[in-house]
Amino acid sequence: MASTTSFKDRNLIAVIGDEDSITGLLLAGVGHINEQQKKNFLVVDSKTPVATIEATFVEYTERKDIAILLINQHIAEKIRPTVDKYQQAFPTLLEIPSKDHPYDPSKDSILKRVQKLFGE
Amino acid sequence: MSGTGARENVFATRMSLANTKQRLKGAQTGHSLLAKKRDALTTRFRAILRKVDESKRKMGRVMQVASFSMAEVTYTTGDIAYLVQEQAKLATFRVKTKQENVSGVVLPAFEVDRVSGSDFNLTGLGRGGQQILKAKEVYAKALETLVELASLQTAFTILDEVIRATNRRVNAIEHVVIPRLDNTIKYIMSELDEMDREEFFRLKKVQAKKKRDTAARAEEAEAKAQHEQPTLVDLALDGDAEEASADLLRSKDEDVIF
Repeated sequence: MASTTSFKDRNLIAVIGDEDSITGLLLAGVGHINEQQKKNFLVVDSKTPVATIEATFVEYTERKDIAILLINQHIAEKIRPTVDKYQQAFPTLLEIPSKDHPYDPSKDSILKRVQKLFGE
Repeated sequence: MSGTGARENVFATRMSLANTKQRLKGAQTGHSLLAKKRDALTTRFRAILRKVDESKRKMGRVMQVASFSMAEVTYTTGDIAYLVQEQAKLATFRVKTKQENVSGVVLPAFEVDRVSGSDFNLTGLGRGGQQILKAKEVYAKALETLVELASLQTAFTILDEVIRATNRRVNAIEHVVIPRLDNTIKYIMSELDEMDREEFFRLKKVQAKKKRDTAARAEEAEAKAQHEQPTLVDLALDGDAEEASADLLRSKDEDVIF
């Protein structure tokens, strides 16, 4: 289990979300810009290309200082294959609801697994 | 008999039998230990599963409240998104990881770690300041829920993986290793029995041959004896004659002694 060895240095929360979610979470103080001027948040609007979202998602999941990755569910929906493929324990991937898109438990990749396990 | 099923490639000796028996015992101990581990993990897993489900639903509600307070802020102060994004430099809301041990599996748990300082100074504009502060608190609360959920989810993912690995091992021992060792033991036993029987048969055979040989020799001797009986009588007669002479000589000698 190589993933568990390095979780001590992980202490940031990264966000991929729409403007309102990002603003709220930044207000709470999750925003961080590191030495390479890399942000730990990505504002996604209707004009953001899917490739950018995907690239950012991959980048955040590969960064060593991020413990939790929050992503708006409607954005996760755009890159669903990538999200469903993501099985690592670190960083933890959390799908959160956004203002315009209420939370739908049936779409969550983790909850899908939960439901499957409960159904068995 | 012993040819059925997979077995290990060993020579059928008493030593390898003892070895294999020991290994079978070890495999059985390992199997029961792993099964216990699996049960412990599964119990934990079920509890976490329920909690994950619960907090996911709770998160939905919490985030709704948070979005609402954000809307209030936007209503009172206008759009602060840009301002806030520009202000973000250093995270004040971080998480700490601590670990928990469930039967040999390290489960990380996240804890909220808030560092004071680096507040948004520029957002205290007019009446909006209060709303912003409120929104900030609401979002911090929501984040706490999210962090809690994240640790549950991490535990869920890790446990899921570990349980699967343990299950694989338990099944492998149960369905592959133990039958194989059983087959090996059976094979060695049957081989040894076979060898025993062979040895027994060989000994019997040797004995029978010896018996036959002795019987034959005895018979031969008897036959010879019967053949030579007359000559023996003659010899005896001759002997008598000789004996007489010998006696004579002896008596003579005796006489000499006396």
